[in-house]
This record gives sequence, C-alpha cells and structure tokens, in this order.
Amino acid sequence: MKTSIVLTLLFLPFMAHAELKVFACEPEWAALADELGGAEVSSYSATTALQDPHYIQARPSLIAKVRNADLLICSGAELEMGWLPSLLQKANNPKVMPGKPGYMEASAFVLRLGATPNIDRAQGDIHPQGNPHVQTNPHNILAVAAELNRRLVVIDPDNAAAYEAKYGNFSKRWRDAITIWEAKARPLRGRRIVTHHKSWIYLEQWLGLQEIGNLEAVPGLPPTAAHLSQLTATLKDTAADVIIRSPYQDSKPSEWLSARTGIPAVMLPLTVGGTEDAKDLFSLFDRIIDILLGATT
Amino acid sequence: MRIDLVQSAILALLIVLPDTVLAEPSEMELLRNAISEMRADYDARIAELERRLAAAEQNAQQAQSVAAISTPAAPGNSAANPAIGVIFSGSAWNYASSPDGYAVQGFPFGGEAGPIDEGLALGETELIMNANVDDKFSAWLTVALALEDGEAVAEVEEAWVETTALPAGFSARLGRFFSGIGYLNDKHAHAWDFADQPLPYQAFLGGQLIDDGVQIRWLAPTDTYLELGGEAMRGGRYPAASAAHDGVGSYSLFANIGGDSSASSSWLAGISFLDATAIERPSGDEDDPLLFSGDSELLMAQFVWKWSPNGNWKQRNLILQGEYLKKSEDGLYSGAGLSGTPYNGDQSGWYAQAVYQPIPRWRFGGRIDALSGDNPGALFDSTPLALRSSDPRRFSLMADWANSEFSRLRVQFTRDEAGPQNENQWGLQYIHSIGAHGAHSF
Repeated sequence: MKTSIVLTLLFLPFMAHAELKVFACEPEWAALADELGGAEVSSYSATTALQDPHYIQARPSLIAKVRNADLLICSGAELEMGWLPSLLQKANNPKVMPGKPGYMEASAFVLRLGATPNIDRAQGDIHPQGNPHVQTNPHNILAVAAELNRRLVVIDPDNAAAYEAKYGNFSKRWRDAITIWEAKARPLRGRRIVTHHKSWIYLEQWLGLQEIGNLEAVPGLPPTAAHLSQLTATLKDTAADVIIRSPYQDSKPSEWLSARTGIPAVMLPLTVGGTEDAKDLFSLFDRIIDILLGATT
Repeated sequence: MRIDLVQSAILALLIVLPDTVLAEPSEMELLRNAISEMRADYDARIAELERRLAAAEQNAQQAQSVAAISTPAAPGNSAANPAIGVIFSGSAWNYASSPDGYAVQGFPFGGEAGPIDEGLALGETELIMNANVDDKFSAWLTVALALEDGEAVAEVEEAWVETTALPAGFSARLGRFFSGIGYLNDKHAHAWDFADQPLPYQAFLGGQLIDDGVQIRWLAPTDTYLELGGEAMRGGRYPAASAAHDGVGSYSLFANIGGDSSASSSWLAGISFLDATAIERPSGDEDDPLLFSGDSELLMAQFVWKWSPNGNWKQRNLILQGEYLKKSEDGLYSGAGLSGTPYNGDQSGWYAQAVYQPIPRWRFGGRIDALSGDNPGALFDSTPLALRSSDPRRFSLMADWANSEFSRLRVQFTRDEAGPQNENQWGLQYIHSIGAHGAHSF
C-alpha cells in the first residue's frame, strides 16, 4: 500500500503530462502534428530546416526524446537511415518501434517518385525506395495528414473527436490553400530549374517545373568543379530560369554558377523554418511560390 | 461532449474559412478562370498519368514473372532481410624499428592489444548481419575474418539478441557483445577516428572488452538523456580470464548522461566500473607470458563534445573527446621469472583527442594518450611490470578523406614515447563498406 503511494508520487510528474508526445524527424511533420493535434499534442522536431536530414548525429538528447514519445513520424524511404535506427535501438521505447501504430513513415503514404530498385552505390546516395523529400507537394501533405489523423485517433482514442474536428478543419483549409497556390503558381509551369540536390522533384511535379540539372554530379556528394564547369557550358546552350538550393546547402556552388551564367540563384525553404517567414506549413508554401515567382518574372 | 466538439469545430471552420478564401472580387474571378483552365489541364495530365500507370503495372507484372524481386517494403529495414554489410580495411604501416618486440614496459598487453602490422597488411574484414527477429527481439552478428599466422580465421566477434518491447525504458541484451563501459569500447573499429586504440584501452582492456553475458540498460523518462546499465559476463577475456566464479567472472556498471548545450553543440559524459576476476591471465610476451590471478577493477570516466554550425553536420564539425581509466589489481603474478609473487597496485591512463572537419569529406585530428602507474616493488625489477623510466605517452596526428560515407582513406603519424625506444611511426589506412551499413551511435 505504502509502496504504491510512494510510486504514484514518484511518477506523478510524468503522468501529469497528459498530452500526446510526437517525435518528428523533420520540421514539416512536427508542424503537421501541431495542426492535427493542437493542444492535445506536444511535438518535437529532431532536425531544423538548417540541417541536412541525411546527416544527423544520433545525439543523446534525441534518444531521450524518442524514449518519451508516443508517436514518431519521419519522412522514411531511408532518409534517416544514418541515425534513426540508432535512436530507436537506444531509446527502449516499444511504442514507436517499426510495425507499431506509433511508428509512421510519411513517404509510405504518398506516391513516391524516383524509385530505383536496382541501384548501384556508384550512382551516389540514391534511395531505392524513392525520393524521400515528399513534403514539397502539398497534395502529399494532405495524404500524410489523413494517415496521421488515423494514428492519433488509434493512439489516443479519448481525444478522437477533437482530432477528427481538427483534421476536418485542416484539410478544408489546406485544400482551399492548394487552389490558391496552384492559381498563383500558374506562370511557373514549364520553367526550367537547376537544383543543388534532388530535393525538389515533388514540387517540380506539382508545379510543372522542368529540372534540367543538379549541382551535385553524384547525389549526396558535394558539387565538383569539373561538373560545375560542364553545367555552365550546358546552360549556355539551354538556359535555365532559376538555380535552387536548400537552406542547409552550401551557397557557394549555386552563387558561382549564377555569377557565370546570369541565372538567378535562390534559397528555397525545404521545410518549415527554412526562411524566417516560413513559420508553418501554410506560410512555407506561400514563401516557396513567392520566391519562385519573384525570381522568374 | 462529442456534439459540443463537432459544433465548435464547425464554428471554427466558419471563423477560419472566410479569412483564407476571401479575396478581392477581381482576384476571385481571376482565380476562378485559372482554376477552370487548370481543371482542363489536369484532366489531360491525369489521363496521361493513368496511361503511364497502366504501362507501369504491366511492366511490374512482367518483372515479377521473370524473377521474384522482393520490393524493399519493410519500413526502417534495409533492402535485404537480414541486412548484410561487409567492412573492408587494410593498412601500410611504417616503424623505425620492428614492432615484433613492441611492448610498453610496466604495462604488459593482453587480449588483442598491440601495434598495427608492419608493412602492407589486410586488416580485419567484418561481415555484419542484423535484423528484427520478431516483434519483441532483434539480433546482430559480426564475424571478423582475419589472417593469423597465414591462416584465415573466422571469429564470432559479436552475436547477440536484444529485446525491443520491454516496458518502462528497459532493454536486455544476451550473447556476445562489446561491453557498454567507457565511450570507445563499444565502437566498431571502422568507426574509430584513429587507426589504433589509445594506450589505456590497449593496456587495460586488451584493445576492447568483448565478452559473453547479459546486459541490462534502463533509460530514464527525462528530457536529459540518462542511461544506467549493468552487465554480468563470463569473464573469459582480458582483463578477466578463465571464466572464474563458475563462469560469471565479471560485472560492470555504467551511467551515461548527455544533452544539447545549443543548436550547434551536444555532449555526453559517463562513468563506468568493471570488476573482473582473473585466473592465470596471460599478458606480455606470448612465448613466456606473465600469468595473473586475482581481482582486477577498472574505473572509467569519459566526456565527449560535438559541434557543428546549426547542427548541420555534413558541412563542418568538431569532436572533442577524452577518457580517463584507472585499474586496480590485487593478486599473484607467475611466469616470466615470477612464481606467485603478490602484486597490489594502481595504474591509470588517459587520452584526449580532437577531430575537425573544415569542409565536406576532409577531417584532421590530433590525439595524446598516456599511461602512469605505481611502482610494483623490487620483486618485479627485471620483469615486464617494472615501470619505464618515463611515463609512456604518444602524440598522433591524422588526416582522412571520405569520398562518401562508405569509403575512407586515412594517413596517420605517431610520435611513440611508450615502446622500447622513442620513435616516429606513420601509416596509411583504408576503411570501406558495402551492403547495409548500420547507423552510427553518437
């Protein structure tokens, strides 16, 4: 009897936190969890928009966060394979192990592009399951939101009604926003772009952009001088409208190419927090489209 | 309650909606036109996509009939089940005098400790397999393939199963594993920042402590990382020997704490304790070894600090790390001219190192490692346990280049003031991997 009281007192501080803890590997999924969970959820993003999510240290702080999470949501498709397995192995949290409702790979719920089942590592850092940067098409966000809502309801049925309401609200607002973005971005159709890394193929598919080159000669490896010179020559023949890089990528290669070719180079936020005004998922896409429109017109 | 929520949701919708869709009337019209235009456009594109999908499906069916290619569907798992990887390593090392008779006077090496092979040499080739066994267990196997005296030897370096579903932050590991003590001890050789282990690991742990047994870990439910662990081990390997206490010869306890000090930097600190029993434990000269029987205790403390601008590791990063080890032994020494001579003494060692990556691919590092110990007494005067005239120490510099995360080439220079004579050593090393490559721990 006494022991149980002592135990209850001991664990009271942990029980008092009733809200569902969501561990997101990337900021876009933390932002989505906030949209769909509201006050019922407290979200944490393992990475920021200024970090390359391929290369993250399996830090002690992240292990502690996974230990206490009720739900884990990551892009998947091997994007986090250099660090997430180590976190899961050390965190001793069965709730978020693969196969459980608390483990969710966002990219598994969208149509992944660029899947190459028979790859050779000589081709570089290619993900055989497809390109994992699925968040740059808002239709994908909607598909992931539907699944995330289902998971929240399964894991925390007491708040099911609240989750359903928030999901209904979000998906309505999101569909409306997509309509506006698509209308606004119409002039971008057919624009030719050069990207640092293959991070934008879902955006290209959505807006009808045409990717005519990458700064990286081999995906995942830093751009080489030889490849950049070759790219300069190529761009002399067939000009591009804009050169795109993500906030965590070195600015030098794209600026160098921009100076040589006169093609504007821009930094596009790849996720929430990538620019100061990309504060949530809505403003993220506002910014992406504004920057592209600004650079190409 | 439910109705309330639905009502409030509808209310919320009504409040929120006008904000997002209300726009200037002229803009409204513009948008409407654009939408209908897009709709037509999309219909065409969808039809095109449907055609491509049908074609793709046909292709997929054909592919399946040609060979049963399993799609890598299991989330979080690599292409094959089990995930299989192979690590290749090799070196070319230069010594001023032959390393055959290399010894650190006062600190006879045991276990796998010792200098890197002179000249061109294949290092350890590791075959790694791991996978989840089912929903409650995972398993890991490392087979080390090596040449010993011209013969190929396959050794089970690690073979363990681990729980994945214990509640309350617990996990248990069974089998043969790298002990969780210290920082470097459970790091695979391919993850080391220098080609060799620092002196205290060589002198006190025989390179690295691997043993058979049980490991229990518990992770505190706090925002600060706090891990407590303990191990019961067979005690068949240095610094234990002969599996004393009916095959439960060693125990260890360890505690690690860590966190982020900013968006750019994070740290890990820990202490650990190992209590081992040795029965006729060999060390020193292989042909005429010292044999120790008694109690061996090891205390370890470590600190690691990692930094990268905004936590963006790929571009630039810095690792500072250091460990302190103190060994206390009480027992009897035989062999090498001794017969049951009582020994009771403390020895300690430390290393400190820094590795900096200024640009992607290139890293540069420096390391100091040193040992010191009690004078064991006149009885040990002309034995390998008699202390060196000055405390053993080394200074190392290294540079490495990684074309990708799967290949690394390294050059290392060492000023050795620990061996029979002070000398300069240097060498080249490669570490490559193919297949599935497990995530690296912090």
